[in-house]
Amino acid sequence: MAILELKNVTIRFGGLVAVNDVNLTVEKGTIQALIGPNGAGKSTLFNLITGIYQPTSGSIHFKERSVNGTPTYKIAAAGIGRTFQNIRLFTDLTVLDNILIGAHSRGRWNLAGALMKFTPWVRKEEGKLLNLAKECLQMVDLSYRAFELSGNLPYGEQRRLEIARALALQPDLLLLDEPAAGMNPQEKAELMAMVQRIRATGITVFLVEHDMKFVMGISDRIAVLDYGEKIAEGSPEEIRRNPKVIEAYLGKGAADAHA
Amino acid sequence: MGDFLQLLTGSINPYYLQIIVNIGIGIILALGLNVITGLTGQLSLGHAAFMSIGAFTSALLTIKLGMPFFANLALTGFITAGVAALIGLPILRLTGDYLAICTLGFAEIVKVVFLNLEITNKALGLTVPSAITAVPMPIVVWLVVVVSIICVTFIHSSRFGRALMAVRGDEIAAEAMGINVTLYKVQSFAIGAFLAGVGGGLYAHFMGYINPSDFGFLKSVDILSMIVLGGLGSITGSVIGASILSAAPEFLRFMASYRMLVYGGLLVCMMIFRPNGLMGGLNFTSLVLRTLGRKPHMKTVMDQKTAKTSES
Repeated sequence: MAILELKNVTIRFGGLVAVNDVNLTVEKGTIQALIGPNGAGKSTLFNLITGIYQPTSGSIHFKERSVNGTPTYKIAAAGIGRTFQNIRLFTDLTVLDNILIGAHSRGRWNLAGALMKFTPWVRKEEGKLLNLAKECLQMVDLSYRAFELSGNLPYGEQRRLEIARALALQPDLLLLDEPAAGMNPQEKAELMAMVQRIRATGITVFLVEHDMKFVMGISDRIAVLDYGEKIAEGSPEEIRRNPKVIEAYLGKGAADAHA
Repeated sequence: MGDFLQLLTGSINPYYLQIIVNIGIGIILALGLNVITGLTGQLSLGHAAFMSIGAFTSALLTIKLGMPFFANLALTGFITAGVAALIGLPILRLTGDYLAICTLGFAEIVKVVFLNLEITNKALGLTVPSAITAVPMPIVVWLVVVVSIICVTFIHSSRFGRALMAVRGDEIAAEAMGINVTLYKVQSFAIGAFLAGVGGGLYAHFMGYINPSDFGFLKSVDILSMIVLGGLGSITGSVIGASILSAAPEFLRFMASYRMLVYGGLLVCMMIFRPNGLMGGLNFTSLVLRTLGRKPHMKTVMDQKTAKTSES
């Protein structure tokens, strides 16, 4: 069953067509990757899915419901968690607070709840959120950092914290924008295992990544974007052999030589 | 009890009593602005406008309707918050400098409107009859101060407060976490305005006379200086900042016309030597723990909390 479906999605910024007529399906329970050269429109596609941009034409369906025109926060609450290419943590807050903010849509007490902080109902919810946060921290092995300022964490841990924060949303679909960027080989291996663990909990993962070893090692399916158009889709094996993909990455001569 | 308190406040030199009340009102205003600017990160240069709306609303409720004082204060707070929400909806889509300029413009509009309305007695201002309360006015003011401090403290450490801090940190990330950024900004604006309105109501009834020019740009900057001096986002900082800046002009009176010079100099030194404010974003409890050389045992706190909920 498709959890996410893009139908003929196009977005134009003035004269630039950043994403052109893309059809894409992400199956539930899989790890799907989106690759492509720099500027191919991968992050733009993520921003379209999460409602930060609205498509010029075409439609996006999440869990078989159209999300066109739905504001970002509602899409998030409906079950799409995401990380950002350039990390966007709340750097002046602790690691735990970051994750509790991620769990925002799993609570419901608002201003009234703040003023009735010590009533059992509010305390119960706060405890529930805290438990959820604890689980997410364990998932990314950051429990020992819970009370440090997130801005003081080393780069690799900040990336992991961003994933944990997205998990706190209890998403059905997790979008990871270049999760392995700037990581060393060991961290990448750990990240791979982590993404597998996340999938094992029933969360569908859709990721953008440049590291081919990472993508080939982890994905069930891969889609390739080039100049805003989808040029290929298939299993890692199929993508590795696809002449169009080789051409996009290495140029025409290389594709001929390979064939 | 009431008689005793009457006696108590009566025995204090009225001049000092006025300073004490001014400090209290200053704290209420600073706490309100600290929710908007310190906690939610929205720079407002028009906080005095909300004080003004509160002062005139409250005065008119007393003069025209003879409303009992506490009901009057509460209603004033809600009316001011309502106005803030209406204003906030369009202008809170702006960020940073643009928002600041908008709030500045709004404050000027409020001033000009009150200066020209028949009902607010135009430029002559309003004379407000003193409020009939069971306890003397200074005690009322400080009761409101205590309640405000408790409420704002609760807001800081709640799901609601965390959402406000998320908005301050990164609006795009906050949206991606399922937080309706505009709604939270408007709510934060309304909370700040509520406190400003109540502060204005207290001011009107304590001073007995209000004039639209009392709530101009300088007043807004005064309130902003209080929270910057104390440290943005810190409740203890707001209290200290408001106390110092409300009292300083009076205590510097012996310097006659040089006092504003010294006052300005203090602020400049402050920004050079402690740019994060006196409290530097810390609250009282964490400061005490830090000076005692103890890290708060948050880990055990967290373990206990989670253990408790899993039992239930």
